[in-house]
Amino acid sequence: MERTLTFDVVRRFARGPAIAARASWALQDAPLTVLFGPSGSGKTTVLRALAGLDRPDAGSITFDGATWFDGDRGVFVPPQTRRVGLVFQEFALFPHLSVASNVGYGLRGSTRADRRARVADMAERFGVADLLSRMPAQLSSGQRQRVALARALAPRPQLLLLDEPLSALDAPTRELLRGELRGLLEQAGVPAIIVTHDRIEALALGDRLAVLLDGAIHQVGPVHEVFSAPVDAEVARAVGTENVVPSRLVRRVDGLVVVRAIGARGPELVAVDPGGVEDEAYACVRGEEVLLEPGNGHASSAQNRLRGVIEGRLEEGPLVRVTVDCGVRLVALVTRHSADRLELGVGQGVTAVLKAQSVHIVPRRVR
Amino acid sequence: MDAAALTLSVKLAGFTTAILLALGLPLAWWLATSRWRAKFLVEAVVSLPLVLPPTVLGFYLLVGLGTRSPAGRLFEAVAGHPFPFSFSGLLVASVLYSLPFAVQPFAAALAAVDRQLIEASHTLGVSPAATFLKVALPLAWPGVLAGAVLTFAHTLGEFGVVLMVGGNIPGRTRTLSVAIFDHVEALEYPAAHATAGLLLAVSFAVLALVYALQRRSLFRWNER
Repeated sequence: MERTLTFDVVRRFARGPAIAARASWALQDAPLTVLFGPSGSGKTTVLRALAGLDRPDAGSITFDGATWFDGDRGVFVPPQTRRVGLVFQEFALFPHLSVASNVGYGLRGSTRADRRARVADMAERFGVADLLSRMPAQLSSGQRQRVALARALAPRPQLLLLDEPLSALDAPTRELLRGELRGLLEQAGVPAIIVTHDRIEALALGDRLAVLLDGAIHQVGPVHEVFSAPVDAEVARAVGTENVVPSRLVRRVDGLVVVRAIGARGPELVAVDPGGVEDEAYACVRGEEVLLEPGNGHASSAQNRLRGVIEGRLEEGPLVRVTVDCGVRLVALVTRHSADRLELGVGQGVTAVLKAQSVHIVPRRVR
Repeated sequence: MDAAALTLSVKLAGFTTAILLALGLPLAWWLATSRWRAKFLVEAVVSLPLVLPPTVLGFYLLVGLGTRSPAGRLFEAVAGHPFPFSFSGLLVASVLYSLPFAVQPFAAALAAVDRQLIEASHTLGVSPAATFLKVALPLAWPGVLAGAVLTFAHTLGEFGVVLMVGGNIPGRTRTLSVAIFDHVEALEYPAAHATAGLLLAVSFAVLALVYALQRRSLFRWNER
């Protein structure tokens, strides 16, 4: 039988919207699942319910055939017996215990020699072997994270939960660990759920993406698939598809669909037909997939060539966010190098070039 | 100075502190972590001795645990002697009277322990009771020590409840503060001076210790 995690977590709050998040996924084929959503969407509520730290008001949680929670039958398995490792956002290392005691904290039932061997093994694997006698206050934030990971994984949990694992780190450490963390988690071989609101983190860490918005799971799927084919406009906006253009169906040609952006000067856009488009739809384009060419541009295979004028230019780290008015407002993310080379500035005429495959048509749902 | 009274007071204070550590810590842990709505009622009851005149507490104890009440007869059956005018009667009264002096600092110190550390311990498979011993208590111990020391000092100097419940039997219920009262009534000022001076010195030393303990620099892991 396939090993799965299935949850339906319902929590009601005196203030703020209720959470009703349900999803199910297989545990073996995509070990690292990113639970992605903006702050306030209920990620932490779901995580705490999975860890057994909070009891949902209703619903159920099943892990690999075992019922962890069932609101109807009054089943609630306490965190102690779920064998779930949890890495807190601020790591929550025990400040009065050495690194070795922290890593070995969850090891019980085995002999002292076994425990010591396991601690040494975990410390070796997470590169903290020479820190074992230190106290947590003497560690850098990156070292703390690795100790927290070693501590959570030492008792061989069946599921690992990470709450915003990179947000407590300073920017350079975060960059460094983002790449490293995925390797560590893969090597651990334990299915993991990583909570984050950062889409770069989601892309870097996840095999699978579960998008949580306003307390509900909107989409679960392979990371690239969710990013490139969001099921609805909310997901598109949340995963950072910069351009979500309300449009109307114009015609269908050879498996392609032509829509016109709603508005007085709304341009036509050609896209691959996703099926199910009736009338209104959102055309979603990621900023990275909008090419800018000066003036009228030059010939290429791209289906969409939109003349426009640059309205705004905003530096974002190594990228520049360029806003172009071409009947609709399009956002293009280009490298600073390119922006400088093309001398992209406000008021300049450009052509925005979009391949049909880059335009994702999401049939608009009317509720 | 009355050596018997000194011995009795120290013994009473020591036993009271030990009992309040055993009873007060679980109560304080519950107060610090419970989300029960009516918790404030328990908090109010615990703090009652702070505002109640000792005579009121003593009076109700005498009525409630007197030889004629069912609770009093139970006390007599267990202790082997009646509640009033006995050392164990004094002990019960002192535990109640010093309850807030122990539980309030305990609860404040335990509540200051980062909740996530407790939760981390739970997810690592450690039971709530073991988590209390391995995480909460070691991190809260300055506050726990302060509460214990305050309890000891407060019991050492208590007067009203002792007089109401225990009376003034030398060697059995005559504590230091009662002895001072006797000395003053008998115009034995030098003896009163000696005893009062001792209590003053001990009380100051205790409070100085409590405040010194609360200086965070003593506890390196509390530094931020």
